[in-house]
Amino acid sequence: MTGAERGLQVKVTKNFQAKWLMNQQVLKRRHPGSGRGKFRKTPKGRQVDQRSLAEIRSLLGDEPRRRDLLIEYLHLIQDRYGCLKHRHMAALAQEMDLSMTEVFEVATFYAHFDVLPDDARAPDLTVRVCDSVVCEMKGARQLLQQLVERAPDGVRVVAAPCMGRCATAPTAAVGHRHIDNCNVNQALEAIAGGHTGPELMDYTDLEQYRADSGYALLSSCLAGEHSVDSVIECLEQSGLRGLGGAGFPTFRKWGFVRGYPGPRMMAVNADEGEPGTFKDRYFMETDPHRILEGVLIAAWAVEAEAVYFYLRDEYPAIRKILQTEIDKLDAAGLTRHAPIILRRGAGAYICGEESSMIESIEGKRGLPRHRPPYVAEVGIFGRPTLVQNVETMYWVRDIVEKGADWFAQQGKEGTKGLRSYSVSGRVCNPGVKIAPAGTTIRELIDNYCGGMEDGHSFKGYLPGGASGGILPASMDDLPLDFGTLQQYGCFIGSAAIVVFSDKDNATDIALNLMRFFEDESCGQCTPCRSGTEKAVALMSQPAWDEPLLNELGATMTDASICGLGQAAANPLLSIFRYFREEL
Amino acid sequence: MNENLKSEESIEFTLDGSTVSARPGETIWQVAKRHGNELPHLCFKDAPEYRADGNCRVCMVEIKGEGALAAACIRNPTPGMAVTGASGRALQARKSVIEMLIADQPEREHGPDQNSRLWRWADELGVSGSRYPARAGIEHDASHPAMWVRLDACIQCNLCLRACREVQVNDVIGMAYRGHGSRIVFDFDDPMGASTCVGCGECVQACPTGALMEKSLVDDKGEDKCIPVTEVDSVCPYCGVGCQVTYQINDNEIVAVQGRNGPGNHNKLCVKGRFGFDYVKHPDRLTRPLIRRDDAPKSADGEVDPADPFTHFREATWDEALDVAAHGLRRIRDRDGSSALAGFGSAKGSNEEAYMVQKLVRTGFGTNNVDHCTRLCHASSVAALLEGIGSGAVTAPFTACLDADVIIIIGSNAAENHPVAATFFKQAAKSGKTLIICDPRGNALSRHAKHMLQFNPGTDVALLNAMLNVIVTEALFNEDYVAEFTEGFEQLKTHIAEFTPEAMAPVCGIEAATIREVARIYATAHRSIIFWGMGISQNVHGTDNARCLIALALITGQVGRPGTGLHPLRGQNNVQGASDAGLIPMMLPDYQLVESLDVRKRFEDAWGVALDPVKGLTVVEIMHAVIAGQIKGMYIMGENPAMSDPDIGHVREALAKLDHLVVQDLFMTETAFYADVVLPASAWPEKDGTVTNSNRQVQLGRAALRMPGDVRQDWWIVQELARRLGLDWNYSDPSDVFAEMKQVMPSLDNITWQRLQKESVVTYPCPRPDAPGLDIVFGDGFPTPNKRGRLVPASYNPQGELPDEAYPFVLTTGRQLEHWHTGSMTRRATVLDAIEPGAVASLSPADIDRLGIDAGQHIRVLTRRGAIEIRSRRDTAIPDGVIFIPFCYAEAAANVLTNPQLDPVGKIPGFKFCAARVEVV
Repeated sequence: MTGAERGLQVKVTKNFQAKWLMNQQVLKRRHPGSGRGKFRKTPKGRQVDQRSLAEIRSLLGDEPRRRDLLIEYLHLIQDRYGCLKHRHMAALAQEMDLSMTEVFEVATFYAHFDVLPDDARAPDLTVRVCDSVVCEMKGARQLLQQLVERAPDGVRVVAAPCMGRCATAPTAAVGHRHIDNCNVNQALEAIAGGHTGPELMDYTDLEQYRADSGYALLSSCLAGEHSVDSVIECLEQSGLRGLGGAGFPTFRKWGFVRGYPGPRMMAVNADEGEPGTFKDRYFMETDPHRILEGVLIAAWAVEAEAVYFYLRDEYPAIRKILQTEIDKLDAAGLTRHAPIILRRGAGAYICGEESSMIESIEGKRGLPRHRPPYVAEVGIFGRPTLVQNVETMYWVRDIVEKGADWFAQQGKEGTKGLRSYSVSGRVCNPGVKIAPAGTTIRELIDNYCGGMEDGHSFKGYLPGGASGGILPASMDDLPLDFGTLQQYGCFIGSAAIVVFSDKDNATDIALNLMRFFEDESCGQCTPCRSGTEKAVALMSQPAWDEPLLNELGATMTDASICGLGQAAANPLLSIFRYFREEL
Repeated sequence: MNENLKSEESIEFTLDGSTVSARPGETIWQVAKRHGNELPHLCFKDAPEYRADGNCRVCMVEIKGEGALAAACIRNPTPGMAVTGASGRALQARKSVIEMLIADQPEREHGPDQNSRLWRWADELGVSGSRYPARAGIEHDASHPAMWVRLDACIQCNLCLRACREVQVNDVIGMAYRGHGSRIVFDFDDPMGASTCVGCGECVQACPTGALMEKSLVDDKGEDKCIPVTEVDSVCPYCGVGCQVTYQINDNEIVAVQGRNGPGNHNKLCVKGRFGFDYVKHPDRLTRPLIRRDDAPKSADGEVDPADPFTHFREATWDEALDVAAHGLRRIRDRDGSSALAGFGSAKGSNEEAYMVQKLVRTGFGTNNVDHCTRLCHASSVAALLEGIGSGAVTAPFTACLDADVIIIIGSNAAENHPVAATFFKQAAKSGKTLIICDPRGNALSRHAKHMLQFNPGTDVALLNAMLNVIVTEALFNEDYVAEFTEGFEQLKTHIAEFTPEAMAPVCGIEAATIREVARIYATAHRSIIFWGMGISQNVHGTDNARCLIALALITGQVGRPGTGLHPLRGQNNVQGASDAGLIPMMLPDYQLVESLDVRKRFEDAWGVALDPVKGLTVVEIMHAVIAGQIKGMYIMGENPAMSDPDIGHVREALAKLDHLVVQDLFMTETAFYADVVLPASAWPEKDGTVTNSNRQVQLGRAALRMPGDVRQDWWIVQELARRLGLDWNYSDPSDVFAEMKQVMPSLDNITWQRLQKESVVTYPCPRPDAPGLDIVFGDGFPTPNKRGRLVPASYNPQGELPDEAYPFVLTTGRQLEHWHTGSMTRRATVLDAIEPGAVASLSPADIDRLGIDAGQHIRVLTRRGAIEIRSRRDTAIPDGVIFIPFCYAEAAANVLTNPQLDPVGKIPGFKFCAARVEVV
């Protein structure tokens, strides 16, 4: 800088100071405001702080900020921080270009997310005790109470709905570790020992499955050695139906989806939440590739661009198995035609309803959609979607390889195929019982389950989990299959058979089931949201108001949007029909 | 209902035994309604933009062959379907559902709305009570200044959620939790008043139970006050969106406001339009004429208490006040000549008032020194549009965004300044259209944008020329359109050659690749549309900014078709109309040049008075002329230059210097402090008149309230002044004025007062008395001599005052959602004042930290014009190095600081950019 320049700068500064001194006169004026409002230091509402934003960014890394991944990201936060703090949700909302409320309403919908204010302490560990019908019959209430009393500080103990382990009731989940036939000491030991991770069973992995000619059928399909039509025709002959509960003929569903213009999608419903049902868990834990091969064949048949495998969060061991095995399939090049995307539920029975599941896959609250349109036409991201239950897919390979007749001829009493009955309750040997469709409860108890437990005499049974109604022991000769129980106000659904005895009250069971529906109702429509709540209140009273409950039940059945509300009154109505002596 | 449906389109089915026809897409509910049978409905709102959700289940119908019942509101009939609505099963379900809902309601007489849709349908269905046990009560939330939340009356129908998320797209309300615990929440289940709620009240308008209520309609226990109301349809007086409203009036007071289905608002309102009307009954309201006391000399720093102006003024009769007012003006006219007088009209008044004011100044004062706040908002846009396409108005309404594929919004914080127009932008983005936002500041629309270009302040021309460069060099322009409808393409092409994205990226701060991508998206889309706000216009290169936007549209042919066009979002509710009416110094009504002999001749014939042949001075120039001693007398009707003009220290000196100042306003404004005579004006809800919104929609405002005290109608006041200045005016009401305007303004062809009374709104230009006006114009050329649009190259010249060592910040000013213009109305509106109670300067979090202050602390902001002290706000939308101050706060007036330097063409000051310094107090 030259001297002249320096001189100039000094001069400018002096001038500036002179001007600046003049400007010291701060102009203040009267104003017309009342001055009563509260000044805000920031724009309206919660603000995102930089630390939380940095934490969320590092957690998400380079993953795409797509809306449909919201639930996955909430899991990331929950797994990392043990809860969902407001500050993290606000940061996540900003990062994903979502509004805060869109994140909050999703987070609070699912039972496995713990939304907490910023100043609250997250529990070190959560223990969930199943309080669904079978576990309650087997002493869950007492277990819960004991655990609440004896669990160490920092361990939160809560009741939770069916975990799909009814054959080994009661059950509790210490973190992600499920304890079968659980007593309080076992649970306390697991807590003390830090045994909170999922326990893996032996299963048939890809190598073993391929050694048994696994994926040969898929490969030949992909190579064009089978036509889609021939596979569909084989399914038609076999009589395979949707085994998630609706029993819709599988071949027809594939045909429908194929009839809508692409691009098409596929989803596998592994949100097995119907109390009493655990067959899908059994198949996924033991023979996952038989399912996956069926899935990939179905995806090939309907030309699905991707498969979303929606797995309930109560099955963490299976999640590990599936992720490992799907990775292997990808590496083996078997999923090129339809990548399989594993999606994790978050604790919501309603997401077993196919349209709610699709909402959840899209990262939203699991509210059932109105029909029409059906998901076959408007499904995931608005595209035609084939939705299939796990077990349904399990049978595809065997049916095509062994022939349609092999399956079809297994049925009894004019029905076709095999059914995987999940039998639990007061029988000697509960478990998954693969038996001909149309088997009766008497046959199941005597021939498959070793009879009733000692000291229990058969009083009644739930033929289809929580929603399928309740039948008395006197009706022990009904063939159990799709459509056979309708005239009795019941249905088989996912074939979850809960057997109860003279030691159990049918009204208690009905109330337990209604509480379950009250907890699991998505809340969308009045008859279900309010109806289940009112029904629980009325059923909790010493004397049941039969006319009012009947009226309520009729409205729930008639006017609810989805199957949950439409079926929620079945157990209640069964009591009036078959167990009047208990009223 | 007349049904001339073609058989192949219509769907025949039976409803309760009779055969009916549905139009394609119609639901059973809609068909029933059309046949005069309104089925019960709670979660379904029969209004535009509300999707049916089918969740409440009170509209159940039985469809033959289906097991369960169906919700009529969401079910489309199919041919031959047999639907029964009034049968046992459906009827039983409806009643049963209502009974379940009522079980949980507060007792009707202690409820928030005794006449809610829920209670009315309960009455209709004969359900008077409930046999079901009630759920546990829920606490009230009275945290918001305007709305009372009673979730004990909520039926989880989620209409408020759809109102908030899908209709207004404000995304505050959610449905959280599950099952019977499902609960309407604000953000993270926060109190409404602490949430991001912007107070539009759409949820209140939608709620069928009163769970969300205007506080004005409930008592301090949140219970229905059962106020009987009468209703008057009108138009909102705030921004250029021009929302249609229905005032609900009790005892000469507006107790609530409902949105009406106008073409610009589709029933929607913002916080101002819904909750911002009680200023009219504020105790500061002037109710009698005032004359300055002899012992109260004027001085630039003089201050009058608006609640007690009698320290400086005395009350007078209308006759005396009008005589003194007119006499002072006449004396100066006769002594110093017409050019020693000037008048400001207002874009807050009606078209008729604007027309009368300009006619008064031109024929009574004898000068073209008449202007209004258009000079401060879009003068540069209008200048560029007139030069480029021969018309200063928009080529398409803001609702055209719904037909566009690509929407560019530049220099506009629409969510705050045009909140209801912004709802359409957000809806468009949500429906998958590509939204591109260009703005140095982030805003509520950013989240919805595909591209958010946060460019450096003041570098608009660099950015836009770079986009033009891409379009030209990559041959993305529309060759046929350029050949047929434009001129000057070659010069433009040469001019923008050097503005490559790579060269401009460091200037504007946007990566070259992004500039290229955005330019390609805009140019190659089938339909692209551009909206801009005062971020474009309020710059010393505002005209150049607008020229670039016009060039973008012209070379790509993105104008004149549905979903395309150029739309400067006009600020004031009637800035379009006031400009159309000739309230500008260089043009007579309908933009006819005063310097044209032919034009003047026509007006002289019409008005019977010789007209000043020289164009007049603009707003800022007039103040300079006062200081220079050239202008000595002024009439200011509904304007507040002592707050709204740049460098108000200078303006206040000028106002104090005037020999004679007549101010006509609702309140003792900062401008009225300097008045010799103050004439108490009527407020918008007290008068009839037409206004023209940003979309060229001429709308009728209707008087709803009696005027307080001795207040008079503004048209009457102007006429009385005119008569006292020797003019023989004899209007008997605003419709007379409108009729005269039609004689000299072809733009109003086929729009009559009677038609407006019937239809409330007609868009101009309008081809026939029975046809709707034209939304989209210039599909076949422009109103220029050769029908071509002119491409005018714009040079990149940095701002006049760049940040330096002494003044390192960029100061930018503007409005905020709750406050209008200089705050004289909105700061006296209880709700708006409660939400934004005081002066605030927004800074980036990094700058707040760098200054070492806590947000909320006072700072001193200084520029070369002056200094103010103001509280700070931490705002992540503000870029580092920028400070934003709204100009509505008298206690810390932003315009103390702003630079009066003008855009050379539009004569608009650069409110959006000057150098400033921030000190810790």
